[in-house]
Amino acid sequence: MNTPGEKVLVIMPAYNEEASIGAVIDDVRRNAPQAGIIVVNDGSIDETESIASSKGVKVLTHPYNMGIGAAMQTGYIYALLNGYDVAVQVDSDGQHPADQIEILVRTLLENRADIVIGSRFLGGPGYRPTFARGIGITIFSRVVSAVLRTRLTDTTSGFRASGKRTIGFLSATYPEDYPEVESLVLLHKKGFSIMEAPVRMQRRSGGHSSISTADSVYYMIKVLLAIFVDLLKKV
Amino acid sequence: MYPFQTIAIIGSLLLFVAIIDLVRRGLLKEKYSVLWLMSALVLLVLSIKKQILDTVAAYLGIAYPPSLLFLVAFLFVFLIVLHFSVVISVLHEKNKILAQELALLKDMMKDIPRDAFRREKDRQG
Repeated sequence: MNTPGEKVLVIMPAYNEEASIGAVIDDVRRNAPQAGIIVVNDGSIDETESIASSKGVKVLTHPYNMGIGAAMQTGYIYALLNGYDVAVQVDSDGQHPADQIEILVRTLLENRADIVIGSRFLGGPGYRPTFARGIGITIFSRVVSAVLRTRLTDTTSGFRASGKRTIGFLSATYPEDYPEVESLVLLHKKGFSIMEAPVRMQRRSGGHSSISTADSVYYMIKVLLAIFVDLLKKV
Repeated sequence: MYPFQTIAIIGSLLLFVAIIDLVRRGLLKEKYSVLWLMSALVLLVLSIKKQILDTVAAYLGIAYPPSLLFLVAFLFVFLIVLHFSVVISVLHEKNKILAQELALLKDMMKDIPRDAFRREKDRQG
């Protein structure tokens, strides 16, 4: 990867991802050899920790499962404590190809943005969500775009790169309920610049989405509510 | 004195004594006993001084004064439960921070034997 002088950390939150985490670590090593890797094992009860450790990466293990938000935050705390300039969130289930990391980091550095979100929908075909998920993603994106006064196409994407300012903020405050969307609202309130970059994503190689189609509508209402509560928060 | 008044006085007295006893035995922190003590005291005063209850009830337009007791008790319980929700949220956040620091500490601990080994080697030349 071509990012001279910038210390880049790849944060991989993992909860019971023994089926995919080894391959994802290899993928990141191959495509982003200069980047540090931190796996945040969020209280997995399978072999996630031992597989990640055997690959020689640093693993931070939560004593119990605390959710993706807390896991991400632990990663950002680590990034802050160790003086990283850029932190890239990569899911451990294999849906974020590591060869796309460079696109995120480059977009972040070239535009001096505070956070860059990898969007599945900016760059041509590749990823096709299920019908219900597609509708949910579109509605969120419209609402969040309106709230943030920035056109965003993929606010639920967890594939993103953060600069130093964002690392500082997110290590202190990370939303827990619907972290992907809510963190954007908080960062916007903070006055940080948010950008998108087109990335390719893959169907998960292991594990499954935390949201089933049947729960989508209920989920959507809850997230929209959370967004409006976030708008009232003091940041 | 009506039987209802007697029951109300005994009830709020028991509540008051029970709270004091819990604090005395260290089962209830002083910090969390304040709202409870206040509710017991207010209920006790309203039960003993029937005139206060009647006056306030008349002023508020409550036809049956003892129902004011229920209203006051309900409001206190509501406040106490809300207070606990806030306390739980604060505890949740503190608990998360503890777990995260533990994760970071466990990671640092892994390096200690290696560092100690290296220091020992350096010492021996």
